Amino acid sequence: MDTPVFDARIPAGPLPDKWHRHRAEVKLVSPTNKRRYRVIVVGTGLAGASAAASLAELGYRVDCFTFHDSPRRAHSVAAQGGINAAKNYRNDGDSVERLFRDTVKGGDYRSREANVYRLAEISNQIIDHCVAQGIPFARDYAGYLDNRSFGGAQVSRTFYARGQTGQQLLLGAYGALSRQVHGGQVQLHTRSEMLDLVVGGGRALGIIARRLTDGRIERHAADAVVLATGGYSNIYYLSTNALASNVTASYRAYRRGAWFANPSFTQIHPTCIPASVEHQSKLTLMSESLRNDGRIWVPQAAGDTRRPADIAEAERDYYLERMYPAYGNLSPRDISSRAAKAVCDAGRGVGPTGQGVYLDFAEAIGRLGRRVISDRYGNLFEMYQRITGEDPWQAPMRIFPAAHYSMGGLWVDYDLMTTVPGLFAIGEANFSDHGANRLGASALMQGLADGYFILPQTLGHFLADQPPLAAQLDAGAFSQAQAAIEQRIQRLVSIDGRTPVETIHRRLGELMSEHCGMSRNRAGLQRALDEIPALREEFWTSICVCGGNEEFNVVLEKAGRVADYLEFAELMVRDALEREESCGAHFRTEHQTEDGEARRNDADFAHVALWGFQGDQAAPLRAVEPLRFDYLKLAERNYK
Amino acid sequence: MDFTLHIWRQRRANEAGGFVTYPVQGISPDLSFLEMLDVLNKRLVGRGEPPVAFDHDCREGICGSCAMVINGDPHGPLPGTTTCQLYMRHFSDGAEITVEPWRARAFPVLRDLIVQRSALDAVIQAGGYVSVNTGAAPDAHTLTVAKEAADAAFEAAACIGCGACVAACPNGSAMLFTAAKVAQFALLPQGHPERARRVIGMVESMDDAGFGNCSNHYACAEACPKEIPVHFIARLNREFLTAALTSREFVELERPLEHEE
Repeated sequence: MDTPVFDARIPAGPLPDKWHRHRAEVKLVSPTNKRRYRVIVVGTGLAGASAAASLAELGYRVDCFTFHDSPRRAHSVAAQGGINAAKNYRNDGDSVERLFRDTVKGGDYRSREANVYRLAEISNQIIDHCVAQGIPFARDYAGYLDNRSFGGAQVSRTFYARGQTGQQLLLGAYGALSRQVHGGQVQLHTRSEMLDLVVGGGRALGIIARRLTDGRIERHAADAVVLATGGYSNIYYLSTNALASNVTASYRAYRRGAWFANPSFTQIHPTCIPASVEHQSKLTLMSESLRNDGRIWVPQAAGDTRRPADIAEAERDYYLERMYPAYGNLSPRDISSRAAKAVCDAGRGVGPTGQGVYLDFAEAIGRLGRRVISDRYGNLFEMYQRITGEDPWQAPMRIFPAAHYSMGGLWVDYDLMTTVPGLFAIGEANFSDHGANRLGASALMQGLADGYFILPQTLGHFLADQPPLAAQLDAGAFSQAQAAIEQRIQRLVSIDGRTPVETIHRRLGELMSEHCGMSRNRAGLQRALDEIPALREEFWTSICVCGGNEEFNVVLEKAGRVADYLEFAELMVRDALEREESCGAHFRTEHQTEDGEARRNDADFAHVALWGFQGDQAAPLRAVEPLRFDYLKLAERNYK
Repeated sequence: MDFTLHIWRQRRANEAGGFVTYPVQGISPDLSFLEMLDVLNKRLVGRGEPPVAFDHDCREGICGSCAMVINGDPHGPLPGTTTCQLYMRHFSDGAEITVEPWRARAFPVLRDLIVQRSALDAVIQAGGYVSVNTGAAPDAHTLTVAKEAADAAFEAAACIGCGACVAACPNGSAMLFTAAKVAQFALLPQGHPERARRVIGMVESMDDAGFGNCSNHYACAEACPKEIPVHFIARLNREFLTAALTSREFVELERPLEHEE
């Protein structure tokens, strides 16, 4: 059978004109008709909250869902470093074009030119809007916005609010959402988790959600469904993600016919606090911004266990500066992570486990003084000390890579619509803009571009052709979906075991880290494919959810999410196995250059891989969206 | 390390609850308080007992989910620290530790250590934002903001909405929470057009939600994991008084019907 090919419906015309032209050409819904349409937004992070607020401002009626007790808890809140924009306020040569090029190159030429260009254009509007919202960005003494640098860029284009940029941007979007709740335009459903997508007549009709406080299963119908449900790095068990972050909403949409793109593209962030003890529940990120002033090194000699202060300058290896002199400590995340793993694998890692490298501020403190460093990174230093019990002012921090972000996600076209008409995916939940590796400070940019500026335009284009649906709660599709969910919950509740769900999750995480993490190879991936079904079987026969459905059952919640991870893991592995090349975060050891760099295979793999669900008994289908590079030349990434 | 935990267990919102004692042994001092509870929960599950339910998510002190009173202190004994960032190395080996949910009229218990905090959202909904529509903003550098004002606004905006201030207050007041949001926008030029409307709306919503009044105990600032300074409450009072004295909003909001005739 021929591989199916998907078309992203990218507007015609020269790259810089596409979005402007498209906005002028999309169909509109008149102001008086907008209130006849109901839109479901699942998730209240940067993408979800900004989309729900902006759609409501336009006049659509919005139902917004979060499994948290408040929209403000969404995991966007934890983003530390900043948000990119091509303002060129520093006069250092930045431009929309340069941000576009950096992002495509950073993504190792596996993203769509038209989407990334649009993202770079919109970046400036985001900063304008967020400043107008009263977000307290860092400023200089003259009162203008301050910037810093992030990996993969040679300009300073990152706007920030100390180490809490994500929190401040999220609270801005949460404020905008709250205003619409107050005005009655948004109906907020807190502690409510989407468990299935309802599809009928070839389009999305609504969702099935479970009220977490009492287990009630609810049906919600709408004219369009927007998933802003984030990423799935938690599949590795230890990650920088919040503990409740999960793949359920997008995985369920995949099972209902939405094709999933590049599931194996997951980013491993180079600067996290290393794992130290058994029972540790997460890895804490230390912002990449630290790499502006911190220098990364390990001892020259393997097995050197002396204290860092006792290791002379000549006996240290500042390996990023040595290997990538042009970008040095600000090399992109995938490259920095792999380099850290390589030196640790060579026995030169530091700390009690040998899985760590130093991030050293001594030189910067000497050059700039303690006060400046404290101003820039004070809260991060405190956080490090609180977690490790060690003082980073006295000794260098120890860091190690950790699973952080999913570049993969639901496939969407230029309008951010999935392959299921009426189902949209935004933010980290879609795959669109970061290719095989995301640059720092670009996730906030993408989430807000999708939510504030893109979706509110493109959603109308879809709705304009659809008469408003009368509530179709009785449609067969809803009954069927609800029955399936109730049956699944019943199955979970009936498992008569004593194994904690965490135990299975941890083992899945270890399996995925080992075989489908920072580096991958055919044999390992095959092994993972063999082992996952056994683990899934063990889950379904041995866990304990310790209670029923009709109560506030936190174990049942978690069990449902892990059950989906146990299926989704196979999709990740299959994707990694089929992509016979190394690109960005996807590093296949079979495909590397002599000096250990990723070797892309543009002839065969300059495409997005899409996966379509074919039923539980059949293997999923693989399809492609060929990537065309009309504007940029496909080139080997070079940060040297 | 070994500990004896006395934990509040309550199965449902409307059922009575009580303390249950659990010994935990062999805890690494490098585990966080929540990870220590994870260990206990694993053991409970192994016996087929329902684990202790608690709110938590990011586990890095920023999402504001975790919320428990530890030995009488919201978020435990360490200043400026959320429960998830509190490590067992700060307790002495063999310690007895009492763990209970936030206690406040506006925060009903849902299960064990989980409370309902939507009253805080209601306060924000009543005005904790600048009413700018997407697309309306001018260039970000149109207005300059003095660094000092931006820094002070940031200090207020650092609130994570956990509710520890309410739990610590003998009156169950949300003054510090409300004050932080009001102050953030009072300090920035973008917040000025709605200044009066905002403070009146938020204070009224705070009263409606069942939060008590402030009687200057300052327990809120003591408990705040983000160390939001208590002087923002003085600013809230100032903002409110100014609005009440000089603004038409107050009159319109208070007595809309009297002007009908």
